[in-house]
Amino acid sequence: MPSYVIDEKCDGCKGQDRTACMYICPNDLMILDVDAMKAYNQEPEFCWECYNCVKICPQQAIDVRGYADFVPMGASVVPLRGSEDIMWTVKFRNGTIKRFKFPIRTTDEGTAVPDGGFTEGSGDLNDQNLWTEPASLGVDALPTK
Amino acid sequence: MEAFETVELSTDLLIVGGGMSACGAAFEASYWAKKNNLSVLMVDKAAVDRSGAVAMGLSAINTYIGIDRNENTPADFVSYVQNDQMGTVREDLVYDIARHVDSSVHLFEKWGLPIWKDAEGNYQRAGRWQIMINGESYKVIVAEAAKNALGVDNIIERLFIVKLMTDANDPNRIAGAAGFSVRENKVYFIKAKAICCLCGGAVHIFRPRSVGEGLGRTWYPPWNAGSNYAMMAQVGAELAQMESRFIPTRFKDGYGPVGAWFLFFKSSATNAFDEEYINNLDMLKPWAPYDTAKPVPTPLRNHQMMVESMEGRGPVFMRTERAIAALAEKYKDDPKVYKKKMKELESEAWEDFLDMTISQALLWAGQNIFPEEKKSEIMAAEPYFIGSHASHAGMWVSGPADLAPPEWNWGYNRMTTINGLFTAGDGVGCSAHKFSSGSHAEGRIAGKAAIKFLVENPGDVNLDAGKFEEIKAEILKPLKTYEEGKGYTVTDDITPNYIRPKMFLFRLNKIMDEYAGGTSMWYTTNKAMLERALEELRMLYEDSKFLGADGLHELMRAWENYHRLWTSEAHVRHMLFREETRYPGYYYRADFKEVLDEANWKVFTISKWDPATRKWSIRKEPVQNWLGV
Repeated sequence: MPSYVIDEKCDGCKGQDRTACMYICPNDLMILDVDAMKAYNQEPEFCWECYNCVKICPQQAIDVRGYADFVPMGASVVPLRGSEDIMWTVKFRNGTIKRFKFPIRTTDEGTAVPDGGFTEGSGDLNDQNLWTEPASLGVDALPTK
Repeated sequence: MEAFETVELSTDLLIVGGGMSACGAAFEASYWAKKNNLSVLMVDKAAVDRSGAVAMGLSAINTYIGIDRNENTPADFVSYVQNDQMGTVREDLVYDIARHVDSSVHLFEKWGLPIWKDAEGNYQRAGRWQIMINGESYKVIVAEAAKNALGVDNIIERLFIVKLMTDANDPNRIAGAAGFSVRENKVYFIKAKAICCLCGGAVHIFRPRSVGEGLGRTWYPPWNAGSNYAMMAQVGAELAQMESRFIPTRFKDGYGPVGAWFLFFKSSATNAFDEEYINNLDMLKPWAPYDTAKPVPTPLRNHQMMVESMEGRGPVFMRTERAIAALAEKYKDDPKVYKKKMKELESEAWEDFLDMTISQALLWAGQNIFPEEKKSEIMAAEPYFIGSHASHAGMWVSGPADLAPPEWNWGYNRMTTINGLFTAGDGVGCSAHKFSSGSHAEGRIAGKAAIKFLVENPGDVNLDAGKFEEIKAEILKPLKTYEEGKGYTVTDDITPNYIRPKMFLFRLNKIMDEYAGGTSMWYTTNKAMLERALEELRMLYEDSKFLGADGLHELMRAWENYHRLWTSEAHVRHMLFREETRYPGYYYRADFKEVLDEANWKVFTISKWDPATRKWSIRKEPVQNWLGV
């Protein structure tokens, strides 16, 4: 069932009005069972396995089991996403384990400055330059025919 | 049925969508709107941080020209795209992407996207147009800049726009949009003097190869429901090249990317007999002059592979083990360096999947595939609709004033044939190979042009508020149908009273797969089959009024599938109109099997659904080659 929630670990995000997984799922799949205070994937056959619920869960209560109609059993791929990088643990069907770590961003979360420090440009609605052009292109003038 | 609140909002510019092009539009429009004291509102069906096609991340940026270092010119890019798409792209639109796209990429880097560098500190090329990134958080970063520019108070998430609305006194003028919250009982009517409709491409039009749990493991994201094409067509905007579907050839079942393997790792692909079938160029002769284009156009490369499968020479394998061995070969005399290099290559290969198609990593782990040891199977997927990759379905739009011929410029760049209605990314037809970066750049182009439109057309628009109750009832009808119809049978699934969205989707997928050239027919169709598809689609329209939804989530699915139905009809009508097989490897008109008719069909096909007569019409528009490509 693509993403699944481990019963023991899920705390329903402690009764907030929405859980982290509900907030992030691009396909509106994660839903909170208010009585049980547990989240679950309400439509696993439309799960893209994008892992956004897995990455965001504060309890690490969500995992993914490969699509049962074509993935042989026994493997897992588990991310641990930090503020600068992501660590992946890939477990093969035969038990082999591989770990990979990749950077995810070079700036602090939330600090992206829209104009990127480039000069704003002509500010003319009638020419073809977009905001920060031509500076952000690295050339003196926008190419034309 | 529970009561639904009606929420009425008003804005100058409405951005519908939250993906790469919508974030580009939000970024750009916020700047020009501030200067001109205009308001901008962005609404997204999901959460902007992780919505759209880049929600999972990406391992490469596929469009980067390198203008600053003279690596390529915009004209080089136009030439490449024109050949790749068998001669049917708009050179004004493609050139426009090429001259702006590097700006977006340079901004991404400033915002925090890690881009691989070579020994000289330049972007690491994976191919002529591609650069490699550590792109797990690509969308988060791009969304952050858009939010910081626009302000979070000007963004509403989990609001699904399902209908556009034109002016009460001018059917050719956009005036607003209607939709519902997928989380609260609220129906929204948003008056807007201009709209950037940026809702991506279409997935699940055709039956996918995996139909169990793996139904969701489509190559493009399952939340792209053709809303762009459907909503804009319904207000009378013209569609262009809707026959231009895309068939991605990817690692089988997981649909992991092959681009880095072919381009970066220089891998080959072989058939069951260890033959490199891409050397068989003779089979491409019917498609001269495109058969000799370098690189071989994507549809023709697909065709070569499909012939292998159709004639029983599959499976086809990516020779990952040979590619890695060849790359490591030059270090073999130095065991220490060799070990380090192999470790690097292994990490790069896995990152390619983990950044953008995690399922493929899970599939390889499940199949005990170690790419340095074992080859891996590739396969052609089901058809998709996407104006940003190696296909060019979308809307017929106005081009840039300094590049477009006069007949292709009606005042505002990327404006559809409805005044005030703009689109970009997957929404723009006749312009391929934008990918993530080009979609962002094109969203910016549309965002600026929309503000220019607002400044030059300051008059108010009129939404017919008298129709709100009727439209609200229409939007919520599946909830009412379900509520009234349930309880008649012991289980609520099987009843003569309604059809649930999932079965509606399966019915649509079956029609498209079997009559309109899906995988079960090896992408083959003909006039009679397409006419059968239209008959079946007609009855599906009639039955769409019996769609039943048990809650907000299913209501979203009902509307998504209604948008898919419209997209499907447009696709069938365009394939029926184009009497040749211009795009083998994407689809085959068996009644014009190896026919490329340059004299009659080197044209754009443009269709329109007229809201007044409720009838489709379709016409040809000659291709213009001002670059002499």
